[in-house]
Amino acid sequence: MKQQHTVGSPVPRKEGRDKVTGQARYVDDLHFPDMLYGVTVRSPVARGHLRQIVFDSDVIPWDEFVIVTAKDIPGLNAVALILLDQPYLADKFVNHAEEPVLLLAHHDKYLLEEARRAVRVQIDPLPAIFSIEDSLNRKETIWGEDNVFKHFHVEKGDVDSVWGDADFIVEGEYTTGAQEQLYIENNGVIAIANQDDGVTVWGSMQCPYYVHKALSKLFPLDETKIRVIQVETGGGFGGKEEYPSMIAGHAALLAWKSGRPVKMVYDRAEDMVATTKRHPSRTRHRTAVSREGKLLGMDIEFVVDGGAYATLSSVVLSRGTIHAAGPYNCPNVRIQSKAIATNVPPHGAFRGFGAPQSIFALERHLNKVAGVVGLAPEELRRRNFIHEGEMTATSQVIHEKVDMDGLMKRAFELTDYYEKRKRFEVENASSRQKKGIGFASFMHGAGFTGSGEQFLESVVGVEATRDGRVRVLAASTEIGQGTNTIFAQIAADALSVDYDLIEIARPDTGSVPNSGPTVASRTVMIVGKLVESAAIGLKQTLVNSGLLATEYSSQEFQKACVEYLEKHGPLKSFSKYKQPENIRWDDEKYRGDAYGAYAWAVYVAEVTVDPITYEAHVDDFVAVQEVGHVMHPILAAGQIEGGVAQAIGFTLFENVVWKEGRMANNQMTNYIMPTAADIPPIRVFFAETQYALGPSGAKGIGELPMDGAAPAILNAIEHATGLSLTHVPLMPEELMLAMENERA
Amino acid sequence: MARLLDVLREDLRLTGTKEGCGEGECGACSVLIDGVLVNSCLVPALQVAGAEIKTIEGIASGEQLHRVQQAFIDCGGAQCGICTPGMVIAAISLLNHNSNPDEAAIRNGLAGNLCRCTGYIKIFEAVVRACQSPEA
Repeated sequence: MKQQHTVGSPVPRKEGRDKVTGQARYVDDLHFPDMLYGVTVRSPVARGHLRQIVFDSDVIPWDEFVIVTAKDIPGLNAVALILLDQPYLADKFVNHAEEPVLLLAHHDKYLLEEARRAVRVQIDPLPAIFSIEDSLNRKETIWGEDNVFKHFHVEKGDVDSVWGDADFIVEGEYTTGAQEQLYIENNGVIAIANQDDGVTVWGSMQCPYYVHKALSKLFPLDETKIRVIQVETGGGFGGKEEYPSMIAGHAALLAWKSGRPVKMVYDRAEDMVATTKRHPSRTRHRTAVSREGKLLGMDIEFVVDGGAYATLSSVVLSRGTIHAAGPYNCPNVRIQSKAIATNVPPHGAFRGFGAPQSIFALERHLNKVAGVVGLAPEELRRRNFIHEGEMTATSQVIHEKVDMDGLMKRAFELTDYYEKRKRFEVENASSRQKKGIGFASFMHGAGFTGSGEQFLESVVGVEATRDGRVRVLAASTEIGQGTNTIFAQIAADALSVDYDLIEIARPDTGSVPNSGPTVASRTVMIVGKLVESAAIGLKQTLVNSGLLATEYSSQEFQKACVEYLEKHGPLKSFSKYKQPENIRWDDEKYRGDAYGAYAWAVYVAEVTVDPITYEAHVDDFVAVQEVGHVMHPILAAGQIEGGVAQAIGFTLFENVVWKEGRMANNQMTNYIMPTAADIPPIRVFFAETQYALGPSGAKGIGELPMDGAAPAILNAIEHATGLSLTHVPLMPEELMLAMENERA
Repeated sequence: MARLLDVLREDLRLTGTKEGCGEGECGACSVLIDGVLVNSCLVPALQVAGAEIKTIEGIASGEQLHRVQQAFIDCGGAQCGICTPGMVIAAISLLNHNSNPDEAAIRNGLAGNLCRCTGYIKIFEAVVRACQSPEA
């Protein structure tokens, strides 16, 4: 019997060796014989009628090119996701700058680039709208009847009853900007497509079955003739959740028309200007609070800018809405939210999925509330933290042993919070540079919202191989976060065999079941649990067959697998998600158990603000969280560190400059993400509990670290400067204006 | 004119060297030219005639990983892996110039290589671990 558990230990990353030696093959590293390259010709303006496409230049041999327009689409001209409003190629109308209009392919990629520049897309422009305000005011109606993709209304208690008796009513408005994904590998695919073989796409992606669904509508083919294969993927973060359906369709259309393999890989400028970013947001809070600092009522209005098409905005809005009232026990809550349309490229999934936006607003606002009541920010939180048995905004009774006080206590001890809070105030009076320390407390739900997991009906398989190893069959992708490693750990422990005995099948819709998308911090908690139960099923089959004793070594297990295959044929075991009875959700009222489990956290940031350069620098960052059982200490810490770094970028570095609805700074040269020289020490600590329904007690982790840094840093800047800032990213220019206003 | 990066990736099919931005910002295409760390996307191929180019494919000795590569595995310095070849090359270049860099030197040495996954912390740990490992 294998003694040691692999879950919880820092086993080496499954594909680590390939990655450090450069042997891992990403899509742009693949080359097919007879392959063409594909590019996209895009709209130069934000909105208008497509008048004409002119093939300029006498030097381009146009007859050598494969050219695809909307008229060449064999099936449905819509990227099938939630709605069918976004075309693969604009036909008569464009709704955002850089909207795809025409596709070109050629074997010479240098000539191809010249040709792309020689196509003139002529559009009769129409007035466009680019802001949440203009969209809400319907300055132009650009989507549906009212520019609203989706709205939600969450109601708990009776908010209208609290205003008369409240000791204080505190209002505030908070906004967040767009954020570029900036995975280091741009979007890319290779497609083969023809009537006989069907459509096969290899690509960088998070969700092979999303792409499969979209291609099934784009081509008039039986689903079995569509195959989507994820290759090594150089970062996702949500940016490769829905967008790959677009680029995969484009490459497949060119392949369909040409009869040759087509590779389409964006360069950085195109990826930045045309693909999805984090939704900009606006949140308004009106809060009733008692003299003792008890929250009496929270009225919250949350709006996200979805861009020109619906994509995933309704779901992003949902998560942002549910997280908008945070880990607090407030008896009366109303949250009204909207995802609205503007004429910018659609915003999409990005780590945190709406929650970083609404949590930023709440955690800044609670500092304001604390100030009005006359309490320290931590004391206000402490008087309102949610506990086991109390209800969230969606009236979900928390059945976890949540201990926000404990997380806060630990975070403050690790940072000397109280000592620094006092000392900085004294020192700032005479020092040129101003120091501050601040925090945010928050939670993040794991898995799809509400009944989402029930609808997904995810399936995972495991199979024995001919050499007696076990292969995990799932569509969940490795995008750097460690899916391969964690699944192998879970399967190894469930089978009581060595970690090295487990293989992970390449996510290929032709050979793995649909375990759902690789999103929503669900891969370990939901899909991992299915890996565990499928593995247990396989072991049971071996034991029942009499080939495996109840106690065995890895070698004996291997032998039993080999014998089983020889005697009985294939040995496979599948497991399908079943919603636990105690998770209940009302989609109509938006009430109930929004998530099976939450991760809970308190993050503390220490900053220095320079009143001459107006730089705000994060000097130290401590992240304390409870994510259930920690499956792999290095991968888990890596998730937190990476997420915090991304969130520091979101807070202080990453500013999307918009010009007529188009990203103007679509280069790494002038859209700045944090480098090795910019990042503070990020100190990560886990408090561990066991979540009964997760594999080995684990919950979700991936998105959590995106939520807390922005408010913690701005709260620290408030401590350092006294400035109550309400927008991220906070660029030095804005800090300068705020500080100058303060002085004036 | 072909860039060194194109010659490596397309003509020689040495695809371990990656392209992240094409403008010398991200460092995914880092290689050593006569021992000097450069972004191969900014170098015209003609310019390196007669020079020794070292890419990620030339770092391990057969099955034996370089101590920096091993440290990246042990410490979790690679997540999605797309920046990793360039990051490993940059770390080796750093250690070639300074066998025992302090934290500031590590940060500066790697500041030309962007990573969106790790927040760099595990990469710093890997460089420290590599310094402590015997040279293979």
